[in-house]
Amino acid sequence: MESNKDLCTVERRGRVHLITITGAGEHRLNPDLLAALRSAVAASAGAGALVLAAEGKFFSNGFDQAWARTAPPHLHGTMDGGLRALVADLLALRMPTVAAVTGHAAAAGCALALVHDAVLMRGSRGFLYMSEVDVGIKFVDFVAAVLRDKVPDAAARRDLVLRGDRVAAPEAVRRGLVDAAIDGGPEDVVAAAVAEAERLAARGWDGEAVAEIRKAAWPQLWGQVKDHGAGPAPAGVRPRL
Amino acid sequence: MCTLQQRGSVFVLTLTGDGEHRLGHALISSLRSAVASAAEAAAKAGPGAALVTVGEGRFFSNGLDIGWAGTSRARLSELVAALRPLAADLLALPMPTVAAVTGHASAGGCLLALCHDYCVMRGDRGVLYMSEVDIGLPLPPYFMAVLRAKITAANALRDVALRGKKVRAAEGKEMGIVDAVYPSADETAAEAFKLAEQLAARKWDGGVYASIRMSMYPEACRSVGIVEESDEEKRKHFASKL
Repeated sequence: MESNKDLCTVERRGRVHLITITGAGEHRLNPDLLAALRSAVAASAGAGALVLAAEGKFFSNGFDQAWARTAPPHLHGTMDGGLRALVADLLALRMPTVAAVTGHAAAAGCALALVHDAVLMRGSRGFLYMSEVDVGIKFVDFVAAVLRDKVPDAAARRDLVLRGDRVAAPEAVRRGLVDAAIDGGPEDVVAAAVAEAERLAARGWDGEAVAEIRKAAWPQLWGQVKDHGAGPAPAGVRPRL
Repeated sequence: MCTLQQRGSVFVLTLTGDGEHRLGHALISSLRSAVASAAEAAAKAGPGAALVTVGEGRFFSNGLDIGWAGTSRARLSELVAALRPLAADLLALPMPTVAAVTGHASAGGCLLALCHDYCVMRGDRGVLYMSEVDIGLPLPPYFMAVLRAKITAANALRDVALRGKKVRAAEGKEMGIVDAVYPSADETAAEAFKLAEQLAARKWDGGVYASIRMSMYPEACRSVGIVEESDEEKRKHFASKL
């Protein structure tokens, strides 16, 4: 099993906890990468905001079917279970989250990007692509919930999931799928995401409030994943209204 | 009442005749048979099929056969109940669906159009119109569930359901309800057919397509009586595809 630092790196830039999925490959979401990402997310404690980015041509090309082909069927659940847990961790995170979609984000990889509070995407390269309809894979419940909660416009959602549109950044902004298209190379996208994260961190929001508001904002999604994450850290002293 | 033709990979369901295509027991029954035939034929032929529903004459459909129901609440309830499984058939159909709104689509007729994946509509005349508020009828729960699933802009939903807005095609496009507008009924039907051909050419697995569609509208599906597929069933399907 590869160690965490091979699969993703973590660094602090000011108040921002930057996680970068490493390597030139497709960053398929297999149990190892998902575990590494969960550790990386857990290591964000004390930061003011989180950014998830990736090296190479891909942000993530989705679940690892090649791995699943060689793994016994009773272990397949650990793959979507691992993503379910990572999504729970991100939704419960006590700081704003930003996805830097530096390359192609497909299927579960696209869903992972959309789970973040803000999504910045490379303007000139790469697309969002819910490939499941083309590949012939049904949606797991929480992946469907990501799409329903984060792409509320019926036509935009239909075009993404039922037409398998490959959506480049300018169109993704128009359709309300991402927040901004960033000119330049992957480093520029990361820099812009870090700058956005720094602005969010500068608001000085109480982390527990951020987490509770986020979970309440996406109740369908939170409901599907809430029992699977790392669980709450010790409660703060701030009273709830 | 209605005909079903297969033209290549596209099934064309036509509401025939110059009348209002009122959804009474006979027409609903014929539509259900036709839709089931299309699904069966597609299952035999393999991946890559699509359905277009089109109306002849001035109407797509003017809604439930309230003429037959008259003042009888029981009869009206019967028709509401009879339409529900047709809505379910369409929402669960294992192929992409296109409504060619070639004329007025009111109440149950508007609902029928909205049960399709895509709506293309003539721009020169005809309206989408949920008339219930004007007539003084509440919307049956599954009607509202489908409206809420397909009309997601809050003010659009308000206008359609609560204001009884008569929505022409261009406005429907702005509201996100209509996908494309064409100058005449004939062009609308022709372009709907072309769209269906393009969708069929993607050769999507019908069962997967339907599963993804239903996962996008779980409340509407529950409301029309579709039983949800379990994650265990989906996982078995995933394993079988590796």
